[in-house]
Amino acid sequence: MNAVQQYIELYKSQKNLIDTHSSEVMNGLRDEAVALLESRGLPSLKDEEHRRTDIESIYAPDYGLNLGRIEIEVNPYEVFRCDVPNLSTLLYFVVNDSFYKSVQPAAAKLPDGVLVGSLREMSVKYPGLVSRYYGRIADMKRDGTVALNTAFAQDGFFLYVPDGMVLEKPIQLVNILQGNVDFMVNRRLLIVVGKGAQAKLLVCDHSDDAAVKFLSSQVCEIFVDDDAVFDYYDMEESSENTTKVASVFVRQGARSNVLVNGIVLHNGVTRSNYYTEFAGEHAELSLCGMAIVDKEQSVDTYTFIDHAVSHCHSNELFKYVLNDSARGSFAGRILVRHGAQKTEAYQSNKNLCASPLAKMYTKPQLEIYADDVKCSHGATVGQLDQNALFYMRSRGIPEAEARMLLMFAFTNDVIEQVRLDALKDRLRQLVEKRFRGELAKCSGCRACR
Amino acid sequence: MLKINDLHANINGKEILKGINLEVKPGEVHAIMGPNGSGKSTLSAVLTGNPAYEVTRGSVEFYGKDLLALSPEDRSHEGLFLSFQYPVEIPGVSMVNFMRTAVNEQRKYRGLEPLSATDFLKLMREKREIVELDNKLASRSVNEGFSGGEKKRNEIFQMAMLEPRLSILDETDSGLDIDALRIVAGGVNKLKSEKNATIVITHYQRLLDYIAPDFVHVLYKGRIVKSGGPELALELEERGYDWIKKELGEI
Repeated sequence: MNAVQQYIELYKSQKNLIDTHSSEVMNGLRDEAVALLESRGLPSLKDEEHRRTDIESIYAPDYGLNLGRIEIEVNPYEVFRCDVPNLSTLLYFVVNDSFYKSVQPAAAKLPDGVLVGSLREMSVKYPGLVSRYYGRIADMKRDGTVALNTAFAQDGFFLYVPDGMVLEKPIQLVNILQGNVDFMVNRRLLIVVGKGAQAKLLVCDHSDDAAVKFLSSQVCEIFVDDDAVFDYYDMEESSENTTKVASVFVRQGARSNVLVNGIVLHNGVTRSNYYTEFAGEHAELSLCGMAIVDKEQSVDTYTFIDHAVSHCHSNELFKYVLNDSARGSFAGRILVRHGAQKTEAYQSNKNLCASPLAKMYTKPQLEIYADDVKCSHGATVGQLDQNALFYMRSRGIPEAEARMLLMFAFTNDVIEQVRLDALKDRLRQLVEKRFRGELAKCSGCRACR
Repeated sequence: MLKINDLHANINGKEILKGINLEVKPGEVHAIMGPNGSGKSTLSAVLTGNPAYEVTRGSVEFYGKDLLALSPEDRSHEGLFLSFQYPVEIPGVSMVNFMRTAVNEQRKYRGLEPLSATDFLKLMREKREIVELDNKLASRSVNEGFSGGEKKRNEIFQMAMLEPRLSILDETDSGLDIDALRIVAGGVNKLKSEKNATIVITHYQRLLDYIAPDFVHVLYKGRIVKSGGPELALELEERGYDWIKKELGEI
């Protein structure tokens, strides 16, 4: 049976079960999603945008799905200790693909009008609000994995910040993967930041180190209205047996400011898609990311920035450090549409192959249909600077330490983009640990041990 | 302290050093002069262990140890220092972090505890004054965006921090204006003692007005072809190198 067929059959036989444990809003898109999946299938290696990650093979195994929403016996608040000091986030959990219901008292005290919680629950309580956004920018035609996620996702995370509300405390969402059989999760994130509102969200991915395979599919839709400011940090610190297929869709209103920073500290195989769209003028986007990969790990990032209107500014920076036999890929497409004058779009992808076996593929792709724009792109794949290495050694810094300092320095400008000081400090520590080999596996949460 | 015996070295298969002999004792200042391409910078690179160069023959003893068997970092720990002709910019690595790592690695090698943050910063402040290095530079990335003069002052600052037994100054005067030259040379002189030694590689007598050499050597085509006292530098300044080439029977 081919990869897609097993999901279609599963869906047809389990539709009632899936629907029962979800909400009408989410159920409303399923049939269309399955029809699209059936007619278009999953991306194949022959697709230009998917040449470096074999999506079909990733979805081929027979994973378990928790369609009946059997509760998992874990209290993440007890087993998870966030070690980002002074960050003082409002902390929430999604275990596999279910929102963990018993919210900490501290997190329950939110300013009036702010909604944070289970996507399923919120879409039952506020169907009008959620349906205005759910599935509206996650384009299922573009990518079969989004259609598949839409067909099976039953829950996830919802954040709504009403107009004018400035949320001082960052919100932290921790995704935990746990299980004792090969397991697939379909998680959904929906974020709505109203006019002039401000919020920061940090999403951390952790996974159990058990000898089972995880396939984690996540679709995240982010609506940032006019004049709003939103930070989205996505930090993966999973295990080598985890495959993550994630798509982030962003729509920005006029004069809005969005920062998206995707950080892969430890993983198995990760494919991330970022689709962003400027829907109003004078908006700014900073899209950045970094990955540190070694052994057989792989990171594949696809970005698509749509300058649909004029006077918008995007700045893109991705940096990878690859060791051992790791593989990396970056494809960054920027589209400046007809009439999107005064666009500024800058893209940079720099990569360090620290071992002769590491492989990096990079592909900048700018399509410009307006004539009064400033755009640039740059892509480099290089090794550590031998002159710098010798300079440091001549000052008594041992080679391994010098290499570590140089690799750390290389990733530093992505960390510098972080607009949360406590997270910045913590990231520096984590990255240093990672380079020292002290972060050989997921260490962020005790649930993993 | 340093005994170089019949040293030969290649880069990319091309022989640059063709039998160097030199002995340096504590308290001495040696100047090495010579026309472009004679091997001056190669000598400093080989002594400090630059992996781009291959030693094909000869030996170097440093305080009785086989210097050539040591890694670049251990040569530094043993007290060898090179002030680079072209100091390397290292974006993203702060001077403070760089220097703290260097100082503490040296202490580790000598069986000492790492310096506390306060003691380290105090040491930085003290040594910075020797070359009038701005505090702002000390908090920036290593050499990044430094002017030519600042880079050279930064080299001497690092020398002050590491307190080497033998310093090699590779064209430390190149790219310096008169004021910077005076500051750099002043720094070197302040660090001079009976226990340490300096090898000054330079094209010009100018630097030797500030850092007075005990011995002057002429390096030509990979060999030291003439040695003398300070007066040799003055003679070279006046007459150039042709008379030496003549003595060698080349002209």
